[in-house]
Amino acid sequence: MDLQALGLTLRLAATTTLVLLALGIPLAHWIASTRSRLRPLVEAITTLPILLPPTVLGFYLLVLLGPRTGFGRLIAHLLGHPLAFSFSGLVVGSVLYSLPFAVQPLSAGFHAVDPALLDQARILGAGRLRILREILLPLSTRSVIAAAALCFTHTVGEFGVVLMIGGDIPGATRTLSIAIYDQVQDFNYSQANRTSLLLVGIALIALLLLYARRSGQEARHV
Amino acid sequence: MSDVRIRHRQGAFTLDVEFSLASPWTVIFGPSGAGKSTVLRILAGLIEPDWATIAIAGQSILDADRGVAVAPGRRSIGFVTQQAALFPHLTARDNVAFGIRGLSRPEREQRVAAMLQLFGAEDLAARRPAQLSGGERQRVALARALASHPKLLLLDEPIAALDDASGQDILARLLALDVRVVYVSHDLAEIWRLPAEVIVLEAGRVTATGPLRAVLATQRDRLLQSLAP
Repeated sequence: MDLQALGLTLRLAATTTLVLLALGIPLAHWIASTRSRLRPLVEAITTLPILLPPTVLGFYLLVLLGPRTGFGRLIAHLLGHPLAFSFSGLVVGSVLYSLPFAVQPLSAGFHAVDPALLDQARILGAGRLRILREILLPLSTRSVIAAAALCFTHTVGEFGVVLMIGGDIPGATRTLSIAIYDQVQDFNYSQANRTSLLLVGIALIALLLLYARRSGQEARHV
Repeated sequence: MSDVRIRHRQGAFTLDVEFSLASPWTVIFGPSGAGKSTVLRILAGLIEPDWATIAIAGQSILDADRGVAVAPGRRSIGFVTQQAALFPHLTARDNVAFGIRGLSRPEREQRVAAMLQLFGAEDLAARRPAQLSGGERQRVALARALASHPKLLLLDEPIAALDDASGQDILARLLALDVRVVYVSHDLAEIWRLPAEVIVLEAGRVTATGPLRAVLATQRDRLLQSLAP
């Protein structure tokens, strides 16, 4: 078992999940509440990573973050190193790739909150931030947990984006899914099997926890 | 004195009304689809009309010509509908406290207790909406709407879903308060005893105004005739 890859994968998934919740909650709130004409465009862009092949996203990120673009050079100048082939680069790629898995459940959860409650909150003097903090989020905890679970498991299992942006550097960018690829390339099927089973286990446990919690809440509401 | 002039188009429906809220209680009466609830939602700031000038107690809250549009939370308006719309994750106490800001904690607790007591709901303070009956929810909703001492209370069929005893008790408590009320209903029996001015609204137009019983007497006679064996 490649424990280094396991540790890196869990660290990447946890960081990505936290960043996605921090970005996804205000973005989903905007999508759920805006009447802006830009909304379909923003929704389309945030959903795009579901349909795009991961290698396409990874390729464009690699180009964008590389030394050939002004943006890439600026980031390298600010950080002291290029984002490509670094852990930070993996986080950027993972955040973009898993963005729909945060935004979709969150905006669905915010949409499901009774509009009459939001009307009352506005009449009672609450601003957008207070409505988000004190009404929408407490009434959408299932969606927040679902978003976190999906982001975490999706990041644990991603391959294409990670390989394109991060390559295969042990301890820096080699995640479990890349370790499996390496093990198969080396015809080390028993090792690949153990690593694969670990990924299946992580995904299954996350989903079991999610559904067990949902089932418990539904039972309390019956 | 409060003056209201609204012009608003919503699909095929056109609302074009002008009236004053001269009496402490004003009833907006009319059939379903006449635009009663739309008027209340525009007054509350939940719908942005095509054009309107609205002044409550002499203060302009909406003036399309002068670009005045006071946010819903700054209009000093309370709004209670048939659906109590209590925040389900908060206790009755926290629901009532939601709209009170800028008070110290003891002052806020005191205000919340007083408002719940006003509607006979002091024993419900620690309960959540799911643990309350329909009538109890409406009592808490009214306490919440009045907790910040609004200048105007908008009531959209607030007792329509309640049993008669509970509804009459709530009405009696509201009538004892010193607050200007706009009450929407399409139920003649529900409003007949209210000491109010009435605005009759039909198909988005005001068709009659004046003392409630005088204006609605013909409607009552027609209703009684239809009920006669």
